[in-house]
Amino acid sequence: MNIREMVEVLNGKILVQNHNPDEELPRGGAADLMSDVLAFGSEGMVLLTGLTNPQVVRTAEMAGVNVIVFVRDKTPPPETLELARDSCISLVRTSYTMYEACGRLYQAGLPGRGPVKIENNSW
Amino acid sequence: MKIIPGDMSTQEITKVQELIYTTRVESVMAPNVIAIDPSSSMGQVKDLMRDKHISGAPVVKGKQVIGIVTIRDVIRSMEEGKLDFLVTDLMTTDVRTVSKDSMVTDVVKNLGQQGFSRLPVVDQNGDLVGIVTAGTLIRSLLKQMDKSFQRNEAEKLYTYRASHIFQDISSDDTSLLLRFFVNERDFDNAGKASSLIKRSLQRLMLRPQIVRRVGVAVYEAEMNLVIHTDIGGEITVEVRKDRVNISTVDHGPGIGDLKQVLQPGFSTAPEWIRDMGFGAGMGLANIRRVSDVMKLTSAPGEGTRLEIVFNFQNESLDNM
Ligand SMILES: Nc1ncnc2c1ncn2[C@@H]1O[C@H](COP(=O)(O)OP(=O)(O)OP(=O)(O)O)[C@@H](O)[C@H]1O
Ligand SMILES: [Mg+2]
Repeated sequence: MNIREMVEVLNGKILVQNHNPDEELPRGGAADLMSDVLAFGSEGMVLLTGLTNPQVVRTAEMAGVNVIVFVRDKTPPPETLELARDSCISLVRTSYTMYEACGRLYQAGLPGRGPVKIENNSW
Repeated sequence: MKIIPGDMSTQEITKVQELIYTTRVESVMAPNVIAIDPSSSMGQVKDLMRDKHISGAPVVKGKQVIGIVTIRDVIRSMEEGKLDFLVTDLMTTDVRTVSKDSMVTDVVKNLGQQGFSRLPVVDQNGDLVGIVTAGTLIRSLLKQMDKSFQRNEAEKLYTYRASHIFQDISSDDTSLLLRFFVNERDFDNAGKASSLIKRSLQRLMLRPQIVRRVGVAVYEAEMNLVIHTDIGGEITVEVRKDRVNISTVDHGPGIGDLKQVLQPGFSTAPEWIRDMGFGAGMGLANIRRVSDVMKLTSAPGEGTRLEIVFNFQNESLDNM
């Protein structure tokens, strides 16, 4: 699934575009805890989250996440948009809830990371 | 038509080739086409060409291209006294067009052959959307080459300077030391140091996996300085030939039970910190998982020191 298709599946709106819509997304993930993003995030992953503060963008940057989707139609504050522009992160908004947004993407074929064990040392 | 690269380096020749194969016609065409109505006379065509400084134009009915008329047809009509003939009587009806979605290779193939010096560009319905000539093609390709050239040069400069430090500057043991000062509760700048560290390591051309692991660890450590200290702290990153050493030092409240804080899930973060997505009690566990060595030293009232080591495996900054 590429970014364009992902946005379509979510009826989403691109708020900050820093990536080519044709770019492929390897997998998706969802978290409201920043440490979870850092623990389970992977390079190029799309992150669905209910948080909209600028730290989400920083966390994404550190975890190698390129695209963040804000669920439940949450509009991020201007600082978040600005940081995303500077950090080369793309932002998308959808009106679906976390549950439905994840479900729609998974159903449309976007895989997750598979089972993870916290002790697991593999990256 | 052939693009002759003159004395460009091989790398730039392949850049031209790459652009020709990857650029869509839409982005090299002129979108505002001067089109001629089928009811025009050759005299009107002559006046239009003079006024608009063009040497040819498609003849369009509705939005469909039904022919093409060039300055040669105008000259012929003058020689043969046919200026009051309709353009449809003298135009070429066998028009070669290109799709706006095709690649520039298609244009290069068709332009110049059998005297085609302009190709009308059409969409899926065959409607006219633009025109491409040798001029529009060369102008836009040059513009794109200039852009990617500048980008490449900028990147080269950065990586060159950074990655050669271990070769250009010699000592018995060279290392690069980066120091950052982190303020407590400063959420506007929280993570900035980590972001700079990550970018610096990228410029040093460290393997992406290592950069990622260091990034995750140093960000967790930085956030702990922001969240759990009352006077901030310092981050030091030492890049050596065979490893990266990171230490964070603060003179904050310190930690009483080290075993407890190392347990995944334990956190003393207040509610408002949790609302921001922190305070899962996973930070130190994450650091331990991604690093090769982690050492936490602390005592209540005496501050906290965290040391993290990442060893390079099968790689050394020497041969990069
Ligand atoms: N520099 C520090 N000074 C004082 N206490 C600290 C420091 N760093 C960590 N701690 C203590 O260790 C606990 C665990 O830290 P850890 O980073 O694992 O989780 P967290 O910061 O609470 O949550 P998370 O990192 O998941 O957002 C903290 O809640 C805090 O009590
Ligand atoms: Mg923490």
